[in-house]
Amino acid sequence: MSDNQEANSGGLFKRFAESMNRGAPMNPSDDRGRMKQVMDNLVLHLHPAKVAKPSIKFTYTWGLGGLALLLLVILVITGVMLMFVYTPDPEHAYQDMLNLKTDVWFGQFMRNLHHWSGNALVVVTLLHLLRVMYTGALSRPREFNWILGVSLLVLVVVANFTGYLLPWDQLAYWAVTVGVSLLQYVPLVGDELAYFILGGPEVGAATLTNFYGLHLAIVPLLIMGILSFHLFRARKDGFSIPRKIGEAQSERVERITTIPHLVSREFIFALAATAVLVVWAILIDAPLEEAADPNHSPNPAKAAWYFMGIQELLLHFHPIFAAIIMPAVGLTMLALLPYMEHTKDGEGVWFHSKHGRRLAVLGLITGFVGTTLLVIADEYYINLPEQLPSLPTIISNGWVPFAWTMAGLWLYWELLRGPLKAAISEARQSMFTLILTGFVVLTIIGVFFRGEGMALDWPW
Amino acid sequence: MTDENGLTRRRFLKTGWYGLGALAVGEGVYVGYRFLSPRIGEGQFGGIFDAGRVDEYPPGSVTLFTEGRFYLVRQIDGGFLALYRQCTHLGCAVPWDAEQQKFVCPCHGSNFEQDGAVLNPPAPRPLDLFAVTIENGTDIRVDTGQKTQRDNTDGTFAVYPEEIP
Repeated sequence: MSDNQEANSGGLFKRFAESMNRGAPMNPSDDRGRMKQVMDNLVLHLHPAKVAKPSIKFTYTWGLGGLALLLLVILVITGVMLMFVYTPDPEHAYQDMLNLKTDVWFGQFMRNLHHWSGNALVVVTLLHLLRVMYTGALSRPREFNWILGVSLLVLVVVANFTGYLLPWDQLAYWAVTVGVSLLQYVPLVGDELAYFILGGPEVGAATLTNFYGLHLAIVPLLIMGILSFHLFRARKDGFSIPRKIGEAQSERVERITTIPHLVSREFIFALAATAVLVVWAILIDAPLEEAADPNHSPNPAKAAWYFMGIQELLLHFHPIFAAIIMPAVGLTMLALLPYMEHTKDGEGVWFHSKHGRRLAVLGLITGFVGTTLLVIADEYYINLPEQLPSLPTIISNGWVPFAWTMAGLWLYWELLRGPLKAAISEARQSMFTLILTGFVVLTIIGVFFRGEGMALDWPW
Repeated sequence: MTDENGLTRRRFLKTGWYGLGALAVGEGVYVGYRFLSPRIGEGQFGGIFDAGRVDEYPPGSVTLFTEGRFYLVRQIDGGFLALYRQCTHLGCAVPWDAEQQKFVCPCHGSNFEQDGAVLNPPAPRPLDLFAVTIENGTDIRVDTGQKTQRDNTDGTFAVYPEEIP
């Protein structure tokens, strides 16, 4: 029976349904039909028709890329819903938040779902990046896709930050004040840039208009564009194939059809994730404080949590280093990571090798202990501007601690490459782990261990 | 068709096209930037404030102008300063602590003296100033559109009323 006859054989409904997928059969009974369905369906054709069996193992990918995509879809749906009950104007914005609780059916639920999905997206995108990094799935031909991924991470943070202002409560107002003030430390154009983004000298009605436009149009369009490119490359470059340590990269792996093997896993995972999110959004309300009051800064005034690592750095370094140089260098190094790698030895192996695994743990411990000790030391024992009073603060509180930090990292690198006999990619991985752990520790200290006046304090 | 500089017609035209393309992009960016630029003069902040008369402020007093976002400080020696309320560290609103006689930023612990000098980091520079003028020897005007950043408080920034004989 030819395709043509098949398509004509089942009545109008079947013919209509099949015509959507360029004539591919609706319930294919053989692999050829299943592959055709994947290729001819708009959504499914993001997948290859067949995938390597080991690549879709859950404990290899943890479904993180797919989860990020799911969160994005939820964010678009809930975000568009919220558009209809929100006015981006200081007179109304906060009242609209209160109305979500009392006047709008499922209003609070919709806001919660949007809020938690947005926050989860930052975490999930970062975890996705870590998974790719630690399984070496960023080497050729995937270098450029890594850059697209890092750009998406940045955009996700920008989307979160611009959305943060919209509720117009104290939390939003001061987090954005502090966040945009970081920009003022950009040399030469900093003040101009901050003024432009705020639409004036301080956070106000013009800022809300700007952030609304960015949050609803500019950033989502950019994400959509870059994400399309990201998915296109993921599809074209193929999935990396997991191996055990010491196992050779095999030429021939078993390939199975995407329907049902991959699609069913994705579907079940998406259902489970949605269920968790919905329950979470029902149980836990998105935070809302008093209405924004430009005359009273709360004590302490904290930035959004994903910027707390930088805000914590600001307590220890001159702003030019904490807010500009260190994040810029870190982000550039992160983006260029795959271009420093010249082999594909580590592809598909968690943490590269047995030694790589040990050294990654060493990086984790060193980063954790080192950062914690340095923060405590700086809080209670070190006050560089006072101890070096003859120097301008950019040197005493900038170049001096920066040089010490760099020297410490250099020493760690030499230790890895010398006595610990790390291969260059193992050393790089360990160094990355150390710096990332340091940043995470700073973020945790900033979020949980900083009380009034930003003094160290227990969270309980 | 090569002249003495090695410039062919093809290369000349190609460079010309790139130049025109860059110009068009530049124009687009400029139009976008100007279109989106903040509109100046909105509301009251940014304009000139009438702060009353000199003799309303005893030496050593600190007075908040909420609308103008500034403190009018009268120093012990009689000079006037208008300090912008925004902390130079990360932009929090700095309250005046009358008991301790200093500005204490609630956000990140910066302290400032009465003249705006940094007592305690992380603030990188003293509180910014708005221009103060005293007309006819008594009427104080503060221009919140004119902001001065300073690296230290060594110079004389205070404005003194002229003695009227």
